[in-house]
Amino acid sequence: MPDALPLLAILVLPFIGAVVAGLLPTHARNAAAALAGGIALLGMSLVWAAYPTVAAGGVLRAEFAWMPALGLNVSLRMDGFAWLFAGLVTGIGALVVLYARYYMSENDPVPRFFAFLLAFMGAMTGVVISGNLIQLVFFWELTSLFSFLLIGYWHHTAAARDGARMALTITATGGLALFAGVLVLGHIVGSYELDAVLGAGDRIREHALYLPALLLILLGALTKSAQFPFHFWLPHAMAAPTPVSAYLHSATLVKAGVFLMARLWPVLSGTDAWFFIVGTAGLITMLVGAYIAIFQNDLKGLLAYSTISHLGLITLLLGLNSALALVAAVFHILNHAAFKCSLFMAAGIIDHETGTRDIRRLSGLNRSMPFTARLALVAAAAMAGVPLLNGFLSKEMFFAEALTAETPLGLLNLLPFAAMLASAFSVAYSLRFIHGAFFGPEPTDLPRKPHEPANWMRLPVEFLVLICIMVGVLPAATVGPFLALAVRSLLGDAVPYYSLAVWHGVNLPLLMSMAATAGGILLYLLLHRLLRGGIERPPLLGRLEGQRIFERTMVFLSWRMARRAEALAGTRRLQPQLRLIVGVAFLAGGAAVWLRGLGPGNLPLTALDPVIALVWLTGGACAIGAAWMAKFHRLAALILLGGAGLAVVVTFIWFSAPDLALTQLTVEVVTTVLLLLGLRWLPKRVEVAGDRGPEVLNRTRRLRDLSLAVAAGGGLAALSYAVMTRVPPEILAQHFLQRAYTEGGGTNVVNVILVDFRGFDTLGEIFVVAAVALTAYALLRRFRPAPDSVALPEQQVLAGGRVAGTAVTGRGEPRDGADWLLVPFTLTRLVFPAMLIVAVFLLLRGHDLPGGGFSAGMVVAIAIILQYMIGGTDWTEDRLRLLRPRLWMGSGLLIAAGTALAALAFGRPFLTTYFAYADLPLIGEVPTASALVFDIGIFALVVGSTLLMLVALAHQSVRGRRATPRVPARPAAAPTPLAVAGEG
Amino acid sequence: MELVVSLAIGVLAGSGVWLLLRPRTFQVIIGLSLLSYAVNLFIFSTGGLRTGAAAILEKGQEGSLGQFADPLPQALVLTAIVIGFATTALLLVVLLAARGLTGTDHVDGRDRGR
Repeated sequence: MPDALPLLAILVLPFIGAVVAGLLPTHARNAAAALAGGIALLGMSLVWAAYPTVAAGGVLRAEFAWMPALGLNVSLRMDGFAWLFAGLVTGIGALVVLYARYYMSENDPVPRFFAFLLAFMGAMTGVVISGNLIQLVFFWELTSLFSFLLIGYWHHTAAARDGARMALTITATGGLALFAGVLVLGHIVGSYELDAVLGAGDRIREHALYLPALLLILLGALTKSAQFPFHFWLPHAMAAPTPVSAYLHSATLVKAGVFLMARLWPVLSGTDAWFFIVGTAGLITMLVGAYIAIFQNDLKGLLAYSTISHLGLITLLLGLNSALALVAAVFHILNHAAFKCSLFMAAGIIDHETGTRDIRRLSGLNRSMPFTARLALVAAAAMAGVPLLNGFLSKEMFFAEALTAETPLGLLNLLPFAAMLASAFSVAYSLRFIHGAFFGPEPTDLPRKPHEPANWMRLPVEFLVLICIMVGVLPAATVGPFLALAVRSLLGDAVPYYSLAVWHGVNLPLLMSMAATAGGILLYLLLHRLLRGGIERPPLLGRLEGQRIFERTMVFLSWRMARRAEALAGTRRLQPQLRLIVGVAFLAGGAAVWLRGLGPGNLPLTALDPVIALVWLTGGACAIGAAWMAKFHRLAALILLGGAGLAVVVTFIWFSAPDLALTQLTVEVVTTVLLLLGLRWLPKRVEVAGDRGPEVLNRTRRLRDLSLAVAAGGGLAALSYAVMTRVPPEILAQHFLQRAYTEGGGTNVVNVILVDFRGFDTLGEIFVVAAVALTAYALLRRFRPAPDSVALPEQQVLAGGRVAGTAVTGRGEPRDGADWLLVPFTLTRLVFPAMLIVAVFLLLRGHDLPGGGFSAGMVVAIAIILQYMIGGTDWTEDRLRLLRPRLWMGSGLLIAAGTALAALAFGRPFLTTYFAYADLPLIGEVPTASALVFDIGIFALVVGSTLLMLVALAHQSVRGRRATPRVPARPAAAPTPLAVAGEG
Repeated sequence: MELVVSLAIGVLAGSGVWLLLRPRTFQVIIGLSLLSYAVNLFIFSTGGLRTGAAAILEKGQEGSLGQFADPLPQALVLTAIVIGFATTALLLVVLLAARGLTGTDHVDGRDRGR
């Protein structure tokens, strides 16, 4: 595909540039501008390089696989019309970049501005050269998004935020409608490819779904092009920096709407529905926009409404269902881009050099900035449609069309008058722009002393004005070939005859034009006094309804309804939320059982074993006891929780799950120690009768929770009974049992599943454990105990701050009762090496017999925490220098991930295991599957994570003690300082 | 046997849910632990209750469900135990931090009526 590279480059370069610009330092104004300008110029030259192909009637195409499963490809397509628009986007883009370099203040984060601008340029290019409608909608929405960012660039001002939000809401909503419309269109045609759609015009127009598709697509196009009644977002978007306005509202964003209408014109137009919707919207927009523009006091506001009006004119032309009108529309798109962009830039220059854009304050700038004045004069004359300028030519074509267009009903007769009226308005507001800003007496109260701008800032304006003049004088020689190219790609062989000459003799359009110009001048003279005096809003159409409806809807949706919903369904309290979750879970489970009629199964029950029954009599009592005691007797509740946990462990052993029992047992120990360490920081709670408000309320509350708990427990019990009395599905179990040794190389099936078959799962799991440990550590580093838990607890005060085993170790000051806890202290030291050996044993046998990295790691952690508990923090840390939990964690993660990755090096998929048996001296045959290495990683991580949490929690007490001046003889009565900075 | 284990699951879950709805953080953490016992037992029990059939193969053996208990729920529960341990630890630290910051051990960070 020789076309692929340039097309892709045109599309992708701006996005790459955007990322690069976004990474530049905040004050790299010149670098960002050079980058953006370079990319725009590069894009333009790439577009230009495609000219020979396109001029010969060819179409550049490129296709890349995107989602082949859905039949979606990235499809790029550049015909004459797309070429013209791509040239407009990149060419005007380059001029705007140059202008923005001088417009933007050094205090703004300019690289961000250029990043947004480039991204927008890329999105716009994407819309223009998309060969697939879905892809077009994607880029369409991107333009909405980036225009939001551009309009809201000065996000510190409320106007920019509001304007950006309004533009996004309107255009993105339209974009959604467009998406739906495109889907319908694709359904009609059977393909989303533009080529296929363009070739199916008759089928589309005759299809029953034509009208819905048309309405949805037009909703997208008309919102984007700011057509009545969606026009109101555009004036608010003027809060953007002026280069943005010049770019978005002359050549790009708003032109996307008319681009789409022209693009789909061959397949969608030609029906009455098209004429009435598009034509009416265009007509009203053209008149209303032009009328309101006269009464704007802000230069940019005037240009905004004039833009709306001109877009209305283009839309009206597209709506006339005439090929000649389409030619006029495309021509006017070009002309409008040239003169409106230069006018926006001129308005920006005025704003930049005088500090205001208010026409009532501006006056007589002709003296201080004569060059700018002349440039603006020419551009405004083009906007007004003065002969020998480009605007005149497309206006003449418009008048001719208004006179001859074949339209249903009798609307034809009114069209020429409407056209003349709009034209007269446009003469009036152009006069107001020029006369108000540049003529009249010297300005008196300007914020800055006006002067000419930097030459480079004026250059884009000069260039555009030159184009206006050249096209106006020599249309056929300048714009002629390009226009012909674009029109031919839209209409194919059906291109009508049109003439781009300046002089067509004295005919009706010329007379109309003269009358409109005279009318406009007269109108301005009549209104001059009124306008000079200052008028806030235009008479008659004071407040247009569209905006008010929009605002009310937004207030209703985002404020009133949200508040009502929050009041209805929201709460900040945890208990109602949990109650809701439990209730919904119960109902969902209950509904499933109810609908499917799940009763007890028919499997024969196994015989009741009195031992297990007894174990669970105790276990159940422990569970209920824990529930009973958890409020006032935390230690008792914790012990009872351990009792229930032990019952679970016994159940696991009993029913053939030794691995589970082992893991549960070790986890049980560590959890209990953790909770014990935490107990110290919880407030003392003593039962006081009548402490919790009215008894009736409490009773009801407790009764409700009790019934929820009974329902949940009963439901789960019934469900598990139903499950246990059925034959379990065995497909997977069979699979694992068969392959555990033959393919996993281990005889302990559960362990093989964990480290091999579901190794990826385990890998994720140990990362979770590591993350939790680090989070706990980070939270505890900044831990501040509540004031009432700072003091040493009663028991420690009574013990006189003694440290266990001081008599044996001979460390610390000899105090009375130095044999404190002497027996456990001695025992734990004896048991420590034995526990380590048990851990290694569990680790090594894990692959073949119950054990494994996790339980081994837990055992090591328990061994160490035992030393902490009995020997004390200082004693233990003096001796166990290798105790660096984070090192253990890091190496554990590296080993596990490394083993997983190592398989890749042997050309196997991630986490593939290798296994063999090694005969070690003394120890015997040891399974040395690579899964063992993986298990060692798990082991190291578990040791590190568990210790990190336990030690961090244990250190809190030490910190508390260190922060408190330790006076063992006296209970710590004085309020203790809370400054416990740094690591414990 | 099945009845005993289902009742055990029910009691554990009921006690857990009751504690989950209590206002004090310590109650909630104990409740979560009890609830996770119940859920782990439930998942485990979906493989059926078999005695003396731990899934430890002979070398070279292809096991079958006739000889061994279902290892898959066991593997799932093993993962669940580990993750349960991690969340319990995290919850504990969070509740301690909240207690330090707010001065209360109420789940909402402030006592009702205060």
